[in-house]
Amino acid sequence: MKSGPAKLEKKDFRPFLQDIMGKYDLFAPVRMAEGVSAYRKIDDPDEVDLSNLNPQKPVKEVFFSQSEVMFRYEKIEDRNRVTSTEEVERERVVLGARPCDIQAISLLDQVFSGKEYTDVYYLHKRQMTTMIGLACNDPLTTCFCSSVEGGPFVREGSDIFLVDLGESYLVEFLTEKGEAFSRNPFLKEADKNDLTLTREIEEKASRKADASLSLDGIDKRLDEMVESPFWDRLQEKCLGCRVCTYLCPTCHCFDIADEALTNKGQRVRNWDSCLSTLYSLETSGHNPRPTGRERTRQRLMHKFNYFPKNVGKIACVGCGRCIIHCPANSDIRQTLKEINAK
Amino acid sequence: MIQQRIREKAKELLSKKEVDLIIGFGEGTLPLRATPLFIRNPEEADRLVWNSFCENNLATYLHKFSRFKVGLIVKGCDSRSVLALSLEKRFQPDRLFLIGVPCQRMVDRRRVKKAVHGEILHAHEEGDKIIVRGDGFELALDRNEFLYPSCQACVHRNPAKADVLAADPVEEVPLTEAHFDAKKFEKMSPEERWAFFEKESSRCIRCYACREACPMCYCSECFVDSSNPKWIEKGLAPPDLEFYHIVRAYHQTGRCSGCGACERACPMEIRLTYLTQKLNDDVKDLFEFEAGMNPDHLPPLSAYAIDDRQEFIK
Repeated sequence: MKSGPAKLEKKDFRPFLQDIMGKYDLFAPVRMAEGVSAYRKIDDPDEVDLSNLNPQKPVKEVFFSQSEVMFRYEKIEDRNRVTSTEEVERERVVLGARPCDIQAISLLDQVFSGKEYTDVYYLHKRQMTTMIGLACNDPLTTCFCSSVEGGPFVREGSDIFLVDLGESYLVEFLTEKGEAFSRNPFLKEADKNDLTLTREIEEKASRKADASLSLDGIDKRLDEMVESPFWDRLQEKCLGCRVCTYLCPTCHCFDIADEALTNKGQRVRNWDSCLSTLYSLETSGHNPRPTGRERTRQRLMHKFNYFPKNVGKIACVGCGRCIIHCPANSDIRQTLKEINAK
Repeated sequence: MIQQRIREKAKELLSKKEVDLIIGFGEGTLPLRATPLFIRNPEEADRLVWNSFCENNLATYLHKFSRFKVGLIVKGCDSRSVLALSLEKRFQPDRLFLIGVPCQRMVDRRRVKKAVHGEILHAHEEGDKIIVRGDGFELALDRNEFLYPSCQACVHRNPAKADVLAADPVEEVPLTEAHFDAKKFEKMSPEERWAFFEKESSRCIRCYACREACPMCYCSECFVDSSNPKWIEKGLAPPDLEFYHIVRAYHQTGRCSGCGACERACPMEIRLTYLTQKLNDDVKDLFEFEAGMNPDHLPPLSAYAIDDRQEFIK
């Protein structure tokens, strides 16, 4: 039977997490410097820092590391030994991911467990993980989740969903996986006031999140724009760095490299970015995407044309990281509005 | 006033077809930001802005437009990058028109954000104050408290070279030690210095925004991208991150204008400029050279003189 919503007093947050950590590896945002955070494995509950609405690096990193060893190999005398790194040993809990980041994981599921191939590294981590989402009570003006089929209180993809009520969290159990946590000794029953307060916060947040950007038919418009001079203008201010792609919760390109010593080594896959010159450079020296024009077009096309064609969904969840962190203030909302006006 | 003169000059240059395009700053899409703007028609000149948020070093865009006649808006540091690039023969100086702006020093948007509870929805300047507004608050902040570290350490706010100045030169103020991060760094023990550097570089995500924002980083193949020979792995192992940051800084020796574009571009807020500041300081001390201050004076690592100082070679 499904449990009703529970309540977790903030003073009990630490023991609540400690209880989880007894059975699971816990991943949550950790402060790396003032105002800078990313998801890391938690050794001490005090490391958890939920104050940053959008940690710089998105939650995708927990399932698809920026740099991941695929296997290790070693030659000992005459024998070769290969060690697999496909599976993680312990079950995991991800705490504090926002609805946009979780929506992005649903999109990545389509990529890494698609019809054609399955990615064991990603999938095993996904299967081993319980996702505790956290509602966005106060979305930023750069957030446009509500324009891309999301929203600050969208629960889809979460196994457990938390809502910050000030002195406590409302805890909702949404799946069987989440249900397993309902007997945590630090949870109390939520009362009527908690539910009313949750509804009020949700309504306020939903009003705030920007839903004004209409992306209906954008894939069709982009079909007509392959040779458009629009890309020449768009690429002008792009520095060609990888900020927007690496901080993007849905970008998922990688590059495989062997890190080899004389008798041992490892195969590693590292995030890659379509905005870098090297990405499309061929061994012959030819580069089919020689300038920023082709590269900025690729980024937009993949998110708003190819991905919708392949998967049926836009590969943008409106988290706003690329807007906030672009060193040249290139704003994807503005770009999309300009495409809409074409 | 400065903004008006920039617009007038841009309009004139474009109308008379003396340049193909103007690279300046336009209104940003976020509070506390301006954005690089590229204009080709005189009618667009009124989109140019000048304020304390014009933080990018626009000289970095010259590589993209080396085949064009460019009118470029330059602060002191940007003009020094242009001169340093001219010495490296990156473009023909006669294809450039520099609109120089004596710089008021730029405001660090992230420090302002951190000083305020709640999201800043609007920001503007009134004299030496930055007025920030959000949901239920309005604050007047003293802009001098929120300058970029590289701007605090700047002693060349006036353009080293400009074809026209958009305002009268400002009085240069000598550097105080309090604003010179390299000096603070030098005072630490070697262990403390390493701990600081290690902690900062550990946040690196290898997006190379620092490299791309820098006008002096223009190698057709950066050492980090080379696969034959492979100098460095591409993952996040601390030795690779540290190696990248040390070599990036070293490649700037005698070339860095200290503009701070690298640090501003970093999404992980890694402190970087203390490294290049230290190198700049050493080059000044040993060779009496500052990048981009003299169009005839080659950087010390590009030139050889029989009386070069060499007591640092041990």
